[in-house]
Amino acid sequence: MRRVVFVALAASCGCDHGSRSFAVFEAATISAVSGATEEIEVPPPPFSEGIFPCSDCHADMEVNPERRALTEEHANIRFTHDSEHRWCLDCHHPTDRDFLRLASGEKVPFTESYRLCGQCHGDKYRDWRVGVHGRRKGRWNGHKTYLLCVHCHNPHQPAFRPLKPEPPPVRPAPGLQALEGVP
Amino acid sequence: MTSTTSVPRLFLDFYLGSVRLWLRGPAPYWAWIAFLALLIASGLDAYVDQVRHGLVVTGMRDQVSWGFYIGNFTFLVGVAAAAVVLVIPAYVYDWKPIKEVAIIGELLAVSAIVMCLLFVLVDIGRPDRFWHLLPPFGELHFPSSVLAWDVLVLNLYFLVNFVVVTHFVYRGFTGRPYARRFVWPLVIFSIPLAVSIHTVTAFLYNGLAARPYWNSSILAPQFLASAFCSGPAILLVVLQVLRRFTAFEFRQEAIQKVAELMAYAMFFNLFFHGAELFKEFYSDTEHLLFTRYWLLGIGPHDVVVPYAWLAIACNIASFLLFVVPRFRRNIVTLNAGILLTYAGVYIEKGMGLLIPGMTPDTLGEIYEYHPTGIELRVAAGIFAIGFLLFTLMLKVAIPVTLGQFRSRTAET
Amino acid sequence: MRPGMTRRTFLRGAAGAAATALSCGPFRLVEYPKDRFRERIERMEAEYRARLGRDITVGTEGAAPGIEFAYALDLSRCIGCRRCVHACVAENNQSRRPQVQWIRVARMEAERGLDLAHADYYYDPEKVPEPGHFYVPIACQQCRNPPCTKVCPVGATWREPDGIVVVDYEWCIGCRYCMAACPYGARHFNWTEPQIPAGEVNPDTHYLGNRPRPKGVVEKCTFCIQRVRKGRYPACVEVCPVGARKFGNLLDAGGEVRYILENKRVFVLKADLNTEPRFFYFYGI
Repeated sequence: MRRVVFVALAASCGCDHGSRSFAVFEAATISAVSGATEEIEVPPPPFSEGIFPCSDCHADMEVNPERRALTEEHANIRFTHDSEHRWCLDCHHPTDRDFLRLASGEKVPFTESYRLCGQCHGDKYRDWRVGVHGRRKGRWNGHKTYLLCVHCHNPHQPAFRPLKPEPPPVRPAPGLQALEGVP
Repeated sequence: MTSTTSVPRLFLDFYLGSVRLWLRGPAPYWAWIAFLALLIASGLDAYVDQVRHGLVVTGMRDQVSWGFYIGNFTFLVGVAAAAVVLVIPAYVYDWKPIKEVAIIGELLAVSAIVMCLLFVLVDIGRPDRFWHLLPPFGELHFPSSVLAWDVLVLNLYFLVNFVVVTHFVYRGFTGRPYARRFVWPLVIFSIPLAVSIHTVTAFLYNGLAARPYWNSSILAPQFLASAFCSGPAILLVVLQVLRRFTAFEFRQEAIQKVAELMAYAMFFNLFFHGAELFKEFYSDTEHLLFTRYWLLGIGPHDVVVPYAWLAIACNIASFLLFVVPRFRRNIVTLNAGILLTYAGVYIEKGMGLLIPGMTPDTLGEIYEYHPTGIELRVAAGIFAIGFLLFTLMLKVAIPVTLGQFRSRTAET
Repeated sequence: MRPGMTRRTFLRGAAGAAATALSCGPFRLVEYPKDRFRERIERMEAEYRARLGRDITVGTEGAAPGIEFAYALDLSRCIGCRRCVHACVAENNQSRRPQVQWIRVARMEAERGLDLAHADYYYDPEKVPEPGHFYVPIACQQCRNPPCTKVCPVGATWREPDGIVVVDYEWCIGCRYCMAACPYGARHFNWTEPQIPAGEVNPDTHYLGNRPRPKGVVEKCTFCIQRVRKGRYPACVEVCPVGARKFGNLLDAGGEVRYILENKRVFVLKADLNTEPRFFYFYGI
């Protein structure tokens, strides 16, 4: 009788058809809030092997501020990130290569490279801080792992490379013999 | 005046007498029984296959999740409801020619409902869990689910017809007239009940916003119209068979009148379909895709198109045959019309309802469903069970009506 | 006159039988008293262990208060790589043979926009995304006004208080009415006994979610109920290489989903059907 009353009410209310809960599924006691904090924890920057610290080579090198294509070292880097207007030393600190630089000249460590990206890509940066841009793992109501911008976007060639897709679904076919075709 | 035989004794008498009747018959009767037995055996064999492997042996898949079984179910609910075409003239208008044959309509209704229930049973994925539908053991999601309504009204309609028929046969067997005060209210109640079983079945489809082809207000009236023009077709065949093989007599007017009523019902059926076609083609929204798939195909997908036009041709032809009195009177054109209307409505209401309703599917994908051999054999087996039941019931009911089958202790 | 004794005796007997049957208690597993239910769950786990050779746990966590789960998918980011489809299959123990996939990725033509009638689900290029196309993954929308739950004749599917629409695999009779009612093609049927390779079974399951299903019942996405009721992200959210998938508690003012609703322009599929999905699509760019 109770069931009939419930469904009668649910059917008649017209809007939210109501939820249902059985006592055997005990209410969980987990937190209902996302728990994101101001301090963002990210994995270390994805340096190529052996490249860091840059000062190993650059500490004793003379700084050449002239805008040019590199031919002797770092020639393997294809640079397509607004290459018409910018070049290496717009982002890399000229005198301390273990750091990046902001437009103001302020030094930022590689672990905070997002501050550099955020200068031009402000909306992406704001979205990233709250987890709406970029991949996240972990708990929706607790500890999460973000990634740095550079974990997905190569700063020299930022465009996301196309991926090979996973295989398409099997097309439906009638009868028992349809099972035979499935690997 | 009244018999003092105990009830168990009477039942024994009745069943033994019935068995004797069933075992006696001319060659055509035995050929018919053998044919039905063959179909039932084939159907059972196919069903065992289906239970073993699951519904994967059918042509249904996620994209078209209902098919031949539910199409047949829908058609047969219409046949069951069509008993009302006899009941109204017989009991509301007290028209003698049809009153004499009304019981056959009720027997057909009983057989048709049994077939409906069997089609549902073979279609569900877990027939072992059928009891989940039956309160108080199970949980019937009433009044929210239209299927729950259908379970209730179908069983109620079955019960009413079964009780009326049992009463007639019981009274006839014991040589007494039927109790008008008991039968009349039940029979009158069966009229709105007949309308309701088919309306509720229409609402099953009608209420689904996800399926624009079905989500049309005209579906319930159209179901009733197609039921009333196709269901009595079987009755007309049975009446002619009875006249040929038994002493059962009825006035030819009965057949003429039923055929005439079928013509009017077919007119409404055609009109409702026409109205749907106008709305789909003139409004020309994306919802036209379903009708287009049925009538014209979409791209290379056109396997159902010949059936669509066949159904339309059969329906129009049968309407023309039944609406002209001369053709109703001619035995050849009468039976041609019977065949055409049955075929036309069977296609249009079975496959013509289910397949375009789900093709393309809700996400636009086209999977061309067709029933597999197992589905066809199981369906044929169920039809054979229904026809066998009908035959066996008639084999007892007709002699009772004629006064030939009486209880030995009954007063004449 | 019928012998009155026979009828009275018969009716008495029938009443007695009915009373006995009814007093056998609730017939539906989820209505059992808690201790009997626990026993049955343990027996279920033992059966799984025997059949699949893995130590399966069947969780029974309920909905926590103050939570309404919601999902947001960034259509400007999805590249149609289908990694979500396969992560979901692995996490939720979907049958490999025959193939069951809870997520379907629709490829749309950029010029037509979001038009399901012209969607392609079987695209198979060398690389994605393909120029001139965009991709829309579709799974259960966990509607707030679900058309599927109201049609079930036995009440085997319902919406939980935290918004997840679930199926009780022990109670479903496989009539597939809910599949006809769902506008999003989100429900899937086990047309035969599902098969999962032994080594690929995920042993962390939930009674209403990813525990291995029997033949002849309906299943669908549950927002990874076995994960989210313990606070974890669904598998599809974690695996997406471009971060197109966002998940959280709609009622949490500081959560991702609320941020998206307030700062982006979201839409839902087939809004005119008034299903009120809890799955929002948006363009993050």
